[in-house]
Amino acid sequence: MTQSSLEIWTIIGLLGIGTFLIRFSFLGMIGERPLPDWLLRHLRYTPVAVLPALVAPMVVWPQATGGETDPARMLAALATLGVGHVTKNVLAAIAAGAVTLYGMLFLLG
Amino acid sequence: MSASNVRSAYWTGVRHGAPFVLVIMPFGLLFGVVGTEAGLNIAEVMGFSILVIAGAAQFTAVQLMVDQAPTMLVLATALAVNLRMAMYSAALTPHLGGAPLWQRALAAYFLVDQTYALAQARYESRPEMSLGERLAYYAGSITPVCPMWYVATLAGALAGQAIPPEFALDFAVPITFLAMVAPALRTLAHVAAVGTSVAVALTLAFLPYQAGVLIAGLVAMMVGAQVELRMGNRE
Repeated sequence: MTQSSLEIWTIIGLLGIGTFLIRFSFLGMIGERPLPDWLLRHLRYTPVAVLPALVAPMVVWPQATGGETDPARMLAALATLGVGHVTKNVLAAIAAGAVTLYGMLFLLG
Repeated sequence: MSASNVRSAYWTGVRHGAPFVLVIMPFGLLFGVVGTEAGLNIAEVMGFSILVIAGAAQFTAVQLMVDQAPTMLVLATALAVNLRMAMYSAALTPHLGGAPLWQRALAAYFLVDQTYALAQARYESRPEMSLGERLAYYAGSITPVCPMWYVATLAGALAGQAIPPEFALDFAVPITFLAMVAPALRTLAHVAAVGTSVAVALTLAFLPYQAGVLIAGLVAMMVGAQVELRMGNRE
């Protein structure tokens, strides 16, 4: 990371304010104004829309291997998704991913 | 509303929030470790966890900062991750909207995935709860969850520099995010959103500073909403 301390604190501060404003958005208003359906429909998909986009390049071209596709990391990602989908349990999914990653790194060297 | 009802609502919240410590603790530790490894000092790592208090967005911001993304792009992408909280805020407003402004502001600060899920389920199953009981339950659910986030982050930041690269911590963030996404694949619309997100992100990976992430996120959100509309709201 090459950002200056000022840049880092600017990001932390603005991200903190922005996140608070998102959380406060409707709670902050007086009275009950329900969100329009179309907006709710889009907001519902924010986690499944943004997080995979962030993760996909890290899984396919990991920085730790210089961008070379790595079977251990690929299998760990699949194990995490599979166990998470079946068990609906975040911790079990993380454990499955970690065990697969370390197991494969050990086996494949 | 009696004081004893409020007190018991608070302790019910504490009991219901307690199991989430098992999720928050490793996640907070990991943020402390990853943030420190990325080059943040302890004050900056703690600044993230206390001022932002949103794990996925914090990891996103740190990842983009390591990639030297411009500040505006870091903020836009991390805030996009948090957009779901507008939905939480809207959902809780009918239940907490009658509280004074400072209490609603405090509730908003502590509105994380876990406290939202607990409060929403509780308020819907017990519509007879008074406003005082609702607020007490909410405060109770926060009590084990949010302070643990700060403490775990600090512990991770202190341990961070001591962890060697053989532990492949670079992959802790992808695994954590995938683990959060996988249980959400309940409907065709969710699956379509994930598929679109991955396809667009990989296609646009040549763009500098991970600008493709934000584009992929917006496109995937629209695809999810469209599929839901066509399929009828099926869970």
